[in-house]
Amino acid sequence: MAENDYKIITENLVLQYSDGTESLKNITLNIPRHAISVLFGPAGGGKSTYLRVLNRLNDLASVNEMSGRAILFTKDGQPLNLLHPDIDITALRRRVGMVFARPVVLPMSIKENLTYGLQVAGERNRSRLNQAVERSLTQAALWDEVKDRLDDPAVDLSGGQQQRLCIARSLALEPEVLLLDEPTSGLDPISTGKVEASLQELKKDYTIILVPHSVQQAARTADYAAFFLQGELVEYAVGHEMFTKPKNQRTADYIEGRFG
Amino acid sequence: MSTRKSPQRRKRTQQIGFFMLRMVAIIAVLPIIAIMAYIVYQGASALSWEFITGYPSDGMRSGGIWPAIVGTFFLTMLCAIVVTPLGIGAAIYLSEYAPDNRWTQSIRIAIINLAGIPSVVYGLFGLGLFVIFLNFGISILAGALTLAIMTLPVIITTTEEALRAVPQSFRVVSTSVGATQWQTIRRIVLPQALPGILTGVILGLERAAGETAPILFTAAVFFLPRLPSSILDPTMALPYHLYVISTQVPGMEPQIQYGTALVLLIFVLGLNLLATVIRSRARARRQW
Amino acid sequence: MRARRFNSEILITYLIKILGYSAIIFVGLIFYFLISEGFPAIREVSFSEFLKVRWYPIEDYYGILPLLVGSIIVTVGALIIAVPIGLLTAIYIAEIASPTTKEVLKPLVELLGGFPSVVLGFLGLLILSQYLREILALPTGLSALTGALILAGIAIPAIVSISEDALDTVPQSYRDASLALGATEWETIWMVTLPAARSGVLTAIMLGIGRAIGETMVVLMVTGNAPMMPEGLATFINPTRTMTATIAAEMGEVANGSTHYHVLFFIGIILFLIALVVNVTASTFVFRRKKRSERILS
Repeated sequence: MAENDYKIITENLVLQYSDGTESLKNITLNIPRHAISVLFGPAGGGKSTYLRVLNRLNDLASVNEMSGRAILFTKDGQPLNLLHPDIDITALRRRVGMVFARPVVLPMSIKENLTYGLQVAGERNRSRLNQAVERSLTQAALWDEVKDRLDDPAVDLSGGQQQRLCIARSLALEPEVLLLDEPTSGLDPISTGKVEASLQELKKDYTIILVPHSVQQAARTADYAAFFLQGELVEYAVGHEMFTKPKNQRTADYIEGRFG
Repeated sequence: MSTRKSPQRRKRTQQIGFFMLRMVAIIAVLPIIAIMAYIVYQGASALSWEFITGYPSDGMRSGGIWPAIVGTFFLTMLCAIVVTPLGIGAAIYLSEYAPDNRWTQSIRIAIINLAGIPSVVYGLFGLGLFVIFLNFGISILAGALTLAIMTLPVIITTTEEALRAVPQSFRVVSTSVGATQWQTIRRIVLPQALPGILTGVILGLERAAGETAPILFTAAVFFLPRLPSSILDPTMALPYHLYVISTQVPGMEPQIQYGTALVLLIFVLGLNLLATVIRSRARARRQW
Repeated sequence: MRARRFNSEILITYLIKILGYSAIIFVGLIFYFLISEGFPAIREVSFSEFLKVRWYPIEDYYGILPLLVGSIIVTVGALIIAVPIGLLTAIYIAEIASPTTKEVLKPLVELLGGFPSVVLGFLGLLILSQYLREILALPTGLSALTGALILAGIAIPAIVSISEDALDTVPQSYRDASLALGATEWETIWMVTLPAARSGVLTAIMLGIGRAIGETMVVLMVTGNAPMMPEGLATFINPTRTMTATIAAEMGEVANGSTHYHVLFFIGIILFLIALVVNVTASTFVFRRKKRSERILS
């Protein structure tokens, strides 16, 4: 495949936080469009760090070094240098949405949670905002459950509903990439199932990168999988091959639970 | 083994100990209730419409205390106007923008030190800077500015606490959907911190209203024939008035003194009540 | 529109930075003024003169010692009363009192903390001093003891609220562990909870010290305003004069720029330095703040 058949390419990506926590050591990884790419591995492996390079959320912490090459190819095929110091950060974060491990709903109504991102981007048109609310809730499989109480405080929703609300919140901005960092770690199996089902639908329109909270979830959802261990990319393969016939011994050990 | 106390003995010790502590707490708290009751009892009879809205006469021994009430009100208001933007702005800087380094740490230490300086030293400072150097003379302006500097560290500290209490996760989420730092502060952090900030401001103003030393040489005079006409005029003020009538006016009716004390208390504790109400209502309505 | 938003963002960031630096500017200003008005005193009055025991500025006696001693005596006296009562009350409220009792006691103590000092001084003057006059057969009832008693009333709310907060912050797991090992609640308080809250309690005491030493109106009104050196046990029932009261009482009567004026500012410098020492000591007890990046990534 040519470079721009992928959505994101990273080459020799290195990152060091100044307090010495998690780092990335020379990651070369390509993310295909319209698929679910799974980054899995034990804690401290660098998966979350990698995600935060893609939406430059690591700018909030102090970073000693960030080098290498990371390019995002936009919908129109234009390459966007993710590591560029003058990049339009707020526009990037609308292009690349993120869902966190613990559902964090903003202290507002359900509707306001969804329109927040659009409003800070400058959108004022009432009907466009309402359309975005309905569209994103439908895509997150939450519309039927909340359509009659959009003005209720978001914090009144259950854990599973809150997490789907967070997914909807990112979708409201019509991003191109969706990053999910252990999105179902606090959820019960039914909510987890609903979220995983929505991801299968969403990948038709978006590129999805998922850090799962268990190897089983990785195996269930991955179209492509990457095994991260202590800041290094150990193995990359198509989903069903990775979890049935891993090539690297360390990968096999992790998948089979010999360490974790 | 034989040196260990028996369970019954230890239980006894606890019962006695708890009882003693309860007694101490009562000793500590009872006088507070007694003081309040006594002031209300003695002073309420002096409170009348003429007392509150009238002017003093007969060398302060009778008449009303209206100019002192007005003076305290203006001093507190002007102090609030100055200190609120300054204090909240400085706190936003420290909490949201300042880098985590030695310089910021020393700013925080400077503020904590400011908070502990005796109020009379602020009075001296106000005298030196506002009354003399800037030539405002003994005036509402000089007094209010002195009170503002005195209240500044408290407001900065309580505002910073209120801002830091807002969960960091809100800021992260807001940033992740593309908001700038100021948008995050304006739309999420400030509104959520507002009750705590308001409480801090009100409590700071409560102290400013009740303090005498900072206005002793910067704003207060014992007697004014009429109300101050501009902020460059000196003024009467409740705390100063109470001080003078209880220490320097012979033949003063105790009732009037208690009445003045009561008015001052109502002013000050009214602010306290307001702050408490805001704080508890905000806690109930919090969405996190 | 994007450009406009960034401009206002930069503007506001700048504005906030200015407001932030203003705090340091004011500390510096205070220090500058105190020094510029107070330092001349050192040139005009010899250092040995300050250490003399007679404070009578009208006749050029500038011995600061009785004032310093006065401040110390009333503060120590206040603390002897306030620290035990305050700390024990805080323990009661934090560890023993039922939630409803707590709801009543905490606001009451805060209420006392909100009292203007002039009101407490007023009460001390009209009630306490008369009472002491009768009981101890004193000429006026205005003495160091009167001052110490009222000052205790000022220090207690500060000590109680901060100690109580410190005790509340001790994790419940500490108490649970102690009880699980067979200790009674009483023993847990003294052997586990209180030591764990040690730094907060020390901070509270330091703050109490700071408030007592810095108090002006109370001591001005009830200590008798007579600068005297201690004379054995009678010290407490004698009148005295603190540094703060001296400034408050005499500043109104000095000529601008006179030696007396400079000396009063010099006393102000001493008070500033004492407050500095108390604050620095208190802040070394406080926990280190978490760095912001730790907060984000955790």
